[in-house]
Amino acid sequence: MTSALMEVKDLAKTFEVSAPWLNRVIERKPRQFVHAVDGISFTIERGKTLALVGESGCGKSTVARLLVGLYGPTRGTVRFDGQDTRTTLASGAARALHRRMQMIFQDPYASLNPRWKVLDIVGEPLREHGLAADGPELKRRVGELLQSVGLAAADAEKFPHQFSGGQRQRISIARALATQPEFLVCDEPTSALDVSVQAQVLNIMKDLQRKQGLTYLFISHNLAVVRHVADQVGVMYLGRLVELADKATLFATPRHPYTRMLLDAIPDIHMSGRSRTPVQGEVPNPLNPPSGCSFHPRCPHANERCRSERPAQLSFKGVLVACHAVQEGRI
Amino acid sequence: MSQPLLEVKNLRVEFPTRRGTLLALDDVSFDIAPGEVLGVVGESGAGKSLTGAAIIGLLEPPGRIAAGEIRLEGQRIDNLPYETMRAIRGRRIGAIFQDPLTSLNPLYTVGRQLIETIRTHLPLNESQARERAIRLLQDTGIPAAEARIDQYPHQFSGGMRQRVVIALALAAEPKLIVADEPTTALDVSIQAQIIALLKRVCREHGAAVMLVTHDMGVIAETCDRVAVMYAGRIAEIGPVGDVIHRPSHPYTIGLMGSIPAMDEDRERLLQIDGAMPRLNAIPTGCAFNPRCPQVFERCRRERPDLLDAGATRAACWRVEQPMTRAA
Repeated sequence: MTSALMEVKDLAKTFEVSAPWLNRVIERKPRQFVHAVDGISFTIERGKTLALVGESGCGKSTVARLLVGLYGPTRGTVRFDGQDTRTTLASGAARALHRRMQMIFQDPYASLNPRWKVLDIVGEPLREHGLAADGPELKRRVGELLQSVGLAAADAEKFPHQFSGGQRQRISIARALATQPEFLVCDEPTSALDVSVQAQVLNIMKDLQRKQGLTYLFISHNLAVVRHVADQVGVMYLGRLVELADKATLFATPRHPYTRMLLDAIPDIHMSGRSRTPVQGEVPNPLNPPSGCSFHPRCPHANERCRSERPAQLSFKGVLVACHAVQEGRI
Repeated sequence: MSQPLLEVKNLRVEFPTRRGTLLALDDVSFDIAPGEVLGVVGESGAGKSLTGAAIIGLLEPPGRIAAGEIRLEGQRIDNLPYETMRAIRGRRIGAIFQDPLTSLNPLYTVGRQLIETIRTHLPLNESQARERAIRLLQDTGIPAAEARIDQYPHQFSGGMRQRVVIALALAAEPKLIVADEPTTALDVSIQAQIIALLKRVCREHGAAVMLVTHDMGVIAETCDRVAVMYAGRIAEIGPVGDVIHRPSHPYTIGLMGSIPAMDEDRERLLQIDGAMPRLNAIPTGCAFNPRCPQVFERCRRERPDLLDAGATRAACWRVEQPMTRAA
């Protein structure tokens, strides 16, 4: 238990999406809030990968931003290496914390400044944190970083537009690795890439984890990718964590009906011709989530209790699952 | 054997630019039989969407068909005047695009768009067309179709919008539907619904489908045959089970190996080093030769045609030499 690098407890983030004040007064509209993340807890052990999966709008990217401090939490705590990040970020130690956790974004076309050379992009964190002096030392470090992700040191003199999508994503990884962080948050790092390029990037990420002992929070909507990279998997639905389990357990015996549905929805290339039973319904509007268990309108096992009472996240045979039906032994 | 519904022969699409002509599609040939689902798969820039655009006559200038021909039920459609093609598009070839929000007009109700399409192509009056529109919406699984027909696209969710787009493509009972990445913008659970729907309605309406996607999983679930494209050429074409389980072209082998599988554990994914060449720098000989693990001298010199490789046809010199063929 002591090896937990990241501990998240009852984390929540609420965004206000109310109409402007004048409209509220004239049209008598109430204030409106979206509970983007609604009380989730997990721990990530050092050197391991936790993957969060879920459909658009389930709050997985918000969790990523909360963890690195891009958003402040509405409720709950994030403890990194035993220290509450909220107090650390408010104190003078914020820079040291930023150095230890970095982030990789989804779109490598939007996350690199098109007017900067790769040397400046990858060198910026080095310069910012005083890890390398300008000049030959910076150049040498950037060269090493680029080589560690399979690019050439000479690429430092180029601009982002001279690279393909996969190469750009490697540049973002090199930038994230510049400060020698322990913890990397990867928000859909391969979703914008073609499969053969995705394979290259996933291989690099796994190699780096092995060599440098990195800890990842890996966010994705692609279960096959998650199955390849993760040690633990958390499944999110409308801001809540509905199931959290070891990768092997989750894929072998999914408990929550939503997890089962997600697994069933993946087109499986090796079972050519098999027909699946597509799930009915769509993700409800997060502005007005269903009462009780937010999955109940789509759930085949829902009963009266599911409609009225929100299920707590309870341990069930070593798996954390938030479902009345599972707890009652109905499924 | 009956006449194919669609024949594409030696299709070549060029983009003249100031720095020379880019060859976006080079000698692409395939057929689609009536009622068949042909998948076209490949990575970004392989020319799969462009093939679809050429067939429905919507190549964006300066792109143009430089050689080859496209025949629909025996009739050439690649050299038709714009207005003639317009009458075919919608009536005999339907189209479904990736983003359902941009393929619907936000200013008109869903019903008005459907009725307009139906009345353009079929001899029906307003109320008959409206009835047909409601039936199409019901067919595509939209609940309360009578009420929703008078709503605007923004009142529909992503999955529901894509259902409307499918209804729109089917409006005039076309024989062929060109579906360009119809599920890419959707979440997995919705994606499964839309694939099942597309399969069902096309079977019921007897329409053949050309399904363009980068997702092998979607192809495996939906298609009868699949064409794998690389750098504007077809690398391999054949029955979907054979292409997936027994690929012959090294590119197909690499592509299949790079997909993370749900049922086996591998520490590393098979990877194809390098990237697809740019259109202005396609190597001579086989376009895949700089990345190919089995390259030999002839590949750099001569471009392979599609050669028989067991159940599939592959553009690879290796299939001519069975003793060195990869497992």
